[in-house]
Amino acid sequence: MTATPVRDRVTRVDAAVRASEPAGDYRRLTLVAPEIAVLATPGQFVALAIDGADSALLLRRSFSIHRVSADAGTVEIVVADAGPGTRWITRLRAGDEVSVVGPLGRGFTAPSAPRPCILVGGGYGSAPLFWLAESLRAQGCSTHFILGAATELRLFGARSGADSVDEMVVMTDDGSAGATGLVTQPLPELLTRTHAEVVYACGPMGMLRAVTEIAEAHGAQAQVAVEEAMACGVGVCMTCVLPITGDDGITRMSRSCLDGPVFTGTAVRWDVIADGRVAVPADCLGAPAVTP
Amino acid sequence: MTQDLTTVDLTTDLGGVTLPNPLMTASGCAANGKELHRFFDIAELGAFVTKSVKAEPQSGRGTPRMAETPSGMLNSIGLQGPGIEAFVTTDLLWLQSVGARVIVSIAGESSEEFARVAERLVAAPAFGAVAAIEVNISCPNVARRGLVYACDPESSATVLRLVREVVPRGIPLLAKLTPDVTDIVGIAEAALAGGADGLTMINTLLGIAIDIDRQRPHLFGTTGGLSGPAVRPVAVRAIWQTHAAMRAGRIPSAPIVGVGGVRSGRDALELTLAGASAIQVGTATFNDPLAPVRVLGELAGLVADRGARYADLVGAAHPI
Repeated sequence: MTATPVRDRVTRVDAAVRASEPAGDYRRLTLVAPEIAVLATPGQFVALAIDGADSALLLRRSFSIHRVSADAGTVEIVVADAGPGTRWITRLRAGDEVSVVGPLGRGFTAPSAPRPCILVGGGYGSAPLFWLAESLRAQGCSTHFILGAATELRLFGARSGADSVDEMVVMTDDGSAGATGLVTQPLPELLTRTHAEVVYACGPMGMLRAVTEIAEAHGAQAQVAVEEAMACGVGVCMTCVLPITGDDGITRMSRSCLDGPVFTGTAVRWDVIADGRVAVPADCLGAPAVTP
Repeated sequence: MTQDLTTVDLTTDLGGVTLPNPLMTASGCAANGKELHRFFDIAELGAFVTKSVKAEPQSGRGTPRMAETPSGMLNSIGLQGPGIEAFVTTDLLWLQSVGARVIVSIAGESSEEFARVAERLVAAPAFGAVAAIEVNISCPNVARRGLVYACDPESSATVLRLVREVVPRGIPLLAKLTPDVTDIVGIAEAALAGGADGLTMINTLLGIAIDIDRQRPHLFGTTGGLSGPAVRPVAVRAIWQTHAAMRAGRIPSAPIVGVGGVRSGRDALELTLAGASAIQVGTATFNDPLAPVRVLGELAGLVADRGARYADLVGAAHPI
């Protein structure tokens, strides 16, 4: 295995695949990457290259880290087959090698004191939240998890993650597992009952927006991990931008790979995000002048 | 690799400025240095080429900003950037602090804006870190209904002339050319006549990808620039034609900085043999954040294998 020296808390390694296991509609991959495992925190991600140095698929695919084992030197990710690139990754088997860059991005921030915490995971967006829940629990926080997906097969962690949390509510759109309904449905009651001050969420944009609005209505903070299309994952391609309002009140097109992928929900300009497209808000720094 | 690569002569001349090696980042594929410096020392490169900077901050376009294509990608970023004022007070200072040789890429919507940006750059306390200025004339001229400067010889010459007036001699100006023209040699000639000391070729090729499920363009900005290994033969052709015109005395001789689809040392050598005196690594950096230094090492090995100096290989594939 080759790894470049770690200069600044991030590196590129050729990682061996230790295991690839089916998990519903997804596959859970265990990668041997000790340099990354010791550095990563919950909410960070890794970027995998597709195939070798001559691959015609040039762009890296980014995955939030499901969990790491610093002792075993492993990093786990959950992959959905969503096209030729991710399909190649789902076909990796133990002993294969893959180029991995990480850990990347800013992860979740834990409360400064032990508090009840709510975690909301949609689809395989739940992947990073169990590791987060374990680390929150280790800090004395109680953890209340809402896990949702369209169908039972699209749930990730309904069984394997149950031990990581104090309470788990499962929701599916079609009722094939747990209660029928959207993952956000139980959130108001849970916020009221637990008095949680923070909600951690990962999943589709529409879900993250709804979580942000519900949390805000209950006086809680939402920390949302976004999944934006990225070409590089390391901050140089400028493709994964989102309009984010800073503490200074100014909205900037911010890279979700560097400034995110975890953002404070209320900082995201949901008003210009719809249907997989993001417009530049008129009040964004450097927005094009409106042509008369 | 058995040779001692530190003894290979990789020096190259860029219109009066000598660089220790010919490898550079490509503008817009490396941000402004900090991001890649986490992976390797950017001062190891012959030069670091910054993202094109305009007079004012630019938000860039909405998303999606990219589409993957066979052996490449389309991008439609919209020159997102901090504006020249913030650039010189933060990015350029930082680049100087790590000892990088910097090639600053400048852009504008009018020829006056190009000159204004250059003027501010020259006045910056960190200007000493600047090895050259790359003039990105592959962007739209608002006064001419968005016609790209580099698609018109006269507009190209005008921009270079105005920038040359405010930049001291000894700082080479590189005109960055688009391959989306009928006669790239004619544009190169006009840019050199306007005051360019060298040429960077090629910029991306314009393309469109359509989302067949939604039945509309995939990119928010509709059109995007095609880059990656898929465009390498186009770069080799553009460099070849321009270098051939120089060898034949049809246009003045000037260094060519080759860029387009370089992913390996072999690719870099190919562009060199076609006539490039320096090589930029662009889209390959998205695949491998260490690509610029990796390609440098591979190229050094290939030059050593040939028992040559890098400079001797420039244009060596030409028959005359």
